[in-house]
Amino acid sequence: MENMTNKEYQKYAEKKVPKPTYFKNMLMAFLVGGIICTFGQFIRNLLFKSGLDEKAVAGGTAIILVFLGALLTGLGVYDKIGKIGGAGAAIPITGFSNAIVSPAMEHRTEGLIFGVASKMFIIAGPVLVYGVTSSVLVGILYLLLTKGR
Amino acid sequence: MALKKLGSQTVKFHNPPSIISTYTIVGPKEGEGPLKDYFDFILEDDMWGQASFEKAEAKIQEETIKAAINNGNLTNQDIDFILSGDLLNQIVSSTYTARQLSIPYYGLYGACSTMTESLSLGAMIIDGGFADKVVCATSSHFSSAERQFRFPLEYGSQRNFSSQWTVTGAGATILSSTGDGPYITYATTGKIVDKGIKDASNMGAAMAPAAVDTLITHFKDTGFSPSDYDLIISGDLGKIGKSIVLDLLKKEGYDLSNNFTDCGVEIFDGEKQDTHAGGSGCACAAVVFNGYIYKEMKKGNLKRVLLMATGALHSTIINQQGESIPGIAHAITIDINKD
Repeated sequence: MENMTNKEYQKYAEKKVPKPTYFKNMLMAFLVGGIICTFGQFIRNLLFKSGLDEKAVAGGTAIILVFLGALLTGLGVYDKIGKIGGAGAAIPITGFSNAIVSPAMEHRTEGLIFGVASKMFIIAGPVLVYGVTSSVLVGILYLLLTKGR
Repeated sequence: MALKKLGSQTVKFHNPPSIISTYTIVGPKEGEGPLKDYFDFILEDDMWGQASFEKAEAKIQEETIKAAINNGNLTNQDIDFILSGDLLNQIVSSTYTARQLSIPYYGLYGACSTMTESLSLGAMIIDGGFADKVVCATSSHFSSAERQFRFPLEYGSQRNFSSQWTVTGAGATILSSTGDGPYITYATTGKIVDKGIKDASNMGAAMAPAAVDTLITHFKDTGFSPSDYDLIISGDLGKIGKSIVLDLLKKEGYDLSNNFTDCGVEIFDGEKQDTHAGGSGCACAAVVFNGYIYKEMKKGNLKRVLLMATGALHSTIINQQGESIPGIAHAITIDINKD
């Protein structure tokens, strides 16, 4: 054991781990993500047909998908979709909903304030922080580039 | 003078303490695994009527210890000490169990190495003449461990192939200064070995160097060779850690290919139960030892066993600060004969 440096050991140990099934994972992510997005498009079309304008349709579609993500999380189904779909289940807005609802449920045992409310954002928090920050930066950049015109 | 010390890290017990009673409780998933017939009680629901996973784990440990005491036809007053620990912060499962039992209590933290940590210390206390009866116990719970170390249960994530499945359950052993065995005859205390693994989803690789170090030290200190044992079994190295230990020991000239396995490899059917690299957690070694190994020794199918629970002393906080995961492994010799 002493004759193996840490670096050598880490390299050796890495080789012991089976490689992820990349092709299968990508295929499943494509399929699951695709199904969720197609379903989103279906809702969108339905809302358009009901006579809502563009802005209301965008909001309505997001609201319905977030609700369904939360519902499926509560019913104990979304973690199984996530296990199969990987990023295909995490990237759509339903995945964002899952990331907020799952810790909120889990930490219900520590009360409504220090449990549900404060632990709700342990996974989604970083996404919000960096998502909002980068959108502000892009907005400033956009303003600077277009102001002169 | 350390009269009972042998070599650099081993003690040889002059009056080897006897195991007089054990008990195991496991969760539903463990109760569907290959070793299901060896466990004393299988839960239908891993919450066991409690309001939280942590409370459920404490109840599992408490009921396990009570049943072990009862199995030995003893009462709480007969027990001199409880030595127990678990994975949760401030070892709450053990503390809240000890609160219910009013028996003098030493809380231990050795992560998943706790079973042999408690058995080694318990055996030393008895052989030293400080107690007649000691309870050694530990517990873990898949759901309380997941929320402390990983993600919420309902979060849709994928597990790595190197990740392991925390065993839900508890095991308790009662050691006594008198009894007809099996006996704890030697104990090799492990050093912390850290080869710089930082990946918290590859605990097997983090712990394997400590396991290798303890095994080699044990053989050197005692003069035993691997073939002196019917079974050499580690705690929760899983498939990856087990394979690393076999490799590295072979390099050092020890052939363990015939009689070495790992509790984490044995407790689940990896393919059917989707547990990836195998079981882990304090309860992994605890229920396999107090269930399978103890009962096989009582039947006479195993005569001499080296049990080595392995621990990844992992803290999410210092791990996020860039530190690697220190490993440890404590080995004990369990023999149906006194010497």
